Amino acid sequence: MKLPLAVLLVIALLAFAGPLIAASFGIDPNLVDLLNRYGAPSLPHLLGTDELGRDVLVRLLDGGRISLTIGIAAAVAAAALGTLIGLVAGYRGGWTDRILMRATDGVIALPLLPLLIVLAALDLRKLGVPAGLAQSDDISLLRIVVLAVLVGWTTAARLVRGAALATRNRDFVRAARSLGAATPHILWRHILPNVLTPLIVATTLSVGDVILLESVLSFLGLGIQPPLASWGTMLSNAQETLTTAPLLAVYPGLMIFLTVIACNLLGDAVQQRLTQRRV
Amino acid sequence: MIRFAAIRLLEIAALVVLLSFVVYALIGLMPGDPIDLMRNADPRLTAADIVRLKAAYGIDQPLISRYLAWAGQALSGDLGYSRLFAVPVWAALLPRLGNSLLLMGTSLVLAFALALGLGIVAARRPNSRLDAAINLFCFAAISVPTFWLALVLILVFAAGLGWLPASGIATNGVATSDMAAGEVADRLRHLILPVATLTLANLGGYTRYIRAAMREALAQDHIRTARAKGAGEGRVILHHALRNALLPVTTILALSFGGLVSGALVTETMFAYPGMGKLIFDAVMGNDYNLALAALLLAAVTTMLANLAADLAYGWLDPRVTYR
Repeated sequence: MKLPLAVLLVIALLAFAGPLIAASFGIDPNLVDLLNRYGAPSLPHLLGTDELGRDVLVRLLDGGRISLTIGIAAAVAAAALGTLIGLVAGYRGGWTDRILMRATDGVIALPLLPLLIVLAALDLRKLGVPAGLAQSDDISLLRIVVLAVLVGWTTAARLVRGAALATRNRDFVRAARSLGAATPHILWRHILPNVLTPLIVATTLSVGDVILLESVLSFLGLGIQPPLASWGTMLSNAQETLTTAPLLAVYPGLMIFLTVIACNLLGDAVQQRLTQRRV
Repeated sequence: MIRFAAIRLLEIAALVVLLSFVVYALIGLMPGDPIDLMRNADPRLTAADIVRLKAAYGIDQPLISRYLAWAGQALSGDLGYSRLFAVPVWAALLPRLGNSLLLMGTSLVLAFALALGLGIVAARRPNSRLDAAINLFCFAAISVPTFWLALVLILVFAAGLGWLPASGIATNGVATSDMAAGEVADRLRHLILPVATLTLANLGGYTRYIRAAMREALAQDHIRTARAKGAGEGRVILHHALRNALLPVTTILALSFGGLVSGALVTETMFAYPGMGKLIFDAVMGNDYNLALAALLLAAVTTMLANLAADLAYGWLDPRVTYR
């Protein structure tokens, strides 16, 4: 549990301090230097340079910042949406519950990646979004977060629904209700705290999933758009020069792998500790 | 149980109708449209030609009537023409379906067989060093990005060592309809890397499921009884524990069948393997509306039917389960 947490912290620290590190080496992450393409590792460029002469290490850190931000933002947003749906379904019960849970099962049952490809490729201009906004960097980030939330909310929804169903007739909830507490208050103060820990575990685990999803979409050219860097786009670019500069493909993949496995191991360790305590 | 299956089938049908409309609407929102592509391909087209083409393709109609026209034709068995491949949609779909079934089926069997072995070994000695090592391996397999794994395999075995072909389904000029022994070997060599990628990608999840199911099964009282009666370890594991452990595992297996049809988008794209996943990707990217719709819906329907099959299989295998 300590090792994965340490790995995650180090990656996050380096990624978010990336601009500082780059500045201290005097490197601009987007600076194209065509005289210094595929540079070998040397003093200012610790991991060498890429196909446009940009510093690989600095771009890795930059990409890490974007991948991690998307991962955390989407995981938290998905958990929030799932929690809301789960709370309503579990607490209201009856038809509300049935419809919401069928919707959840429906989403789980779909072949998601092919459908996401369609959503990721949508031309927002045809929906009436102004061209300038539709093609901006922020939208390409937001789009991935939205897609990840659309896929990811189901876990939290099922988890929270189960807990809400189990607690809604417990004595302390009945007591609160008989004292005249409003439903939102009951949900927030009496039901939600009971699922908070498993919810946090599930969210930690899903950060890794989102980072994987982002990398796949960016790799297919549907995610983060250049010149922004993410680990997925770096891998996508490196694919073209696989035989001449294989290390360009190895580094970002390794970073994705390390981050995702750290998230998964951390989530698993917390989960095991929780189940042990319950027994 | 029949009632349960009937209700679920109705739900699936409703979901398919809903989904087909949503996908139909979404595909119209993709960048570019067929008329644009024709205009770019042929500069001699005049504005009047464009209007006539739009009318001929029905693009000037409102969305809902276009959808109804498509749905009516699709229900009568006519899925339309694939713009990308210039053949009827079925003709483009079927060979890809076969390729995907071959690729996904092989890796499913392999992954499942390996996971069974690893899962049983790990569950027999919980918390041992071997168990921890297998667990770490599982997490590594789950966490590795599939496309990166594919890249590394290509890098090592195709680009580096030159042992295996990096992409495609057969060497150009070798594949024909009548397969000689050499052609079969050639196709198999092209299958190795994609199958290895998919097997590794699925192995982690399967192993963790089987290990958990096996641990639970081994903790049951009747296992102790069997041991007390002097049953050998092999018999205890295979006869008494595994049969119960396989119950939850059938669910996972049935769920995987949906993937057989929708293919593996990432792996197929990486290895330029002409399966369903790559077909869907190419159709969506190439504005091939008819093909993309048919392929996406086929994938969705099979996945949902596989889920239903999983639920039914569970009840058939475990009489304690009741359907509501």
